[in-house]
Amino acid sequence: MQAVPQDKSRAGRIPENEVQLLFTSKPENVGFARTAVALVASQRDLTVDQLDEIKVAVSEAVSNAVIHGYRDTSGMIQVDVKLYEDELEVVVTDKGTGIEDIEWAMQPTNTTDKSRMGLGLSVIKEFMDDLTITSRPGAGTRVYMAKKLAPASRP
Amino acid sequence: MIRRRKEDERVHVAAELVGNTLVIRLQGELDMHTVEEFKHEAERYLMDKRVKNLVLVLSKTSLIDSSGVGAILGRYRTIKERGGTMIAVGLRPVVKRILKLSGVLNVVETAESERRALARL
Repeated sequence: MQAVPQDKSRAGRIPENEVQLLFTSKPENVGFARTAVALVASQRDLTVDQLDEIKVAVSEAVSNAVIHGYRDTSGMIQVDVKLYEDELEVVVTDKGTGIEDIEWAMQPTNTTDKSRMGLGLSVIKEFMDDLTITSRPGAGTRVYMAKKLAPASRP
Repeated sequence: MIRRRKEDERVHVAAELVGNTLVIRLQGELDMHTVEEFKHEAERYLMDKRVKNLVLVLSKTSLIDSSGVGAILGRYRTIKERGGTMIAVGLRPVVKRILKLSGVLNVVETAESERRALARL
């Protein structure tokens, strides 16, 4: 993975809330991950659609880690959730095979797994405001995604 | 050995045959894990070669990700081979967006209710 993350990770800024999840790369855990992230996000006043969008994006990123990151092997997946005043940040990290060519993987119909049609990353781009992938073959992949939130109303 | 119903089951699939139309009511979330239950149930009914059309009722489906889209398109291919029609019913906004983005709605029709879908077939 690249030494300096290319995303807009808020170094120095303190999130309102922060949750870290660590779990085995099992399909059963995809639902756990998106539900947990949605629970953090729902501490803010979000619409049902916004929560659904976040859940789908997390589902895609974690499924990618299970299917592509670890393929026929098994490993741990880490999800870091940070809730800022105006943004939800989710980082999904695996220590799997990594991605040889990120630009290729970002193209909608390109995939090494036909059952999902190469849609995963397009879906994240559609539902989140920011997506940055860093990866090193043999070392793993880090998917950073963020969604802008309306600032919390303070009475 | 008694097989206990899994506690983490996040999807419930109910299927019913109405003439030559298979109606599948999907409740819950469709992802890479729960999609197996959907495929299993759908295939069980699709073994009956008389089934020509498929009405997929999604009014209680809260989430579909790209694994779910793949499974839906897989069943669409079977229906298309048989010269039938597939209609999706009751799409939530985000479900609709993902089905649109993936091109599913270019080949699968939509209807407001199960009754209207069946009336069209």
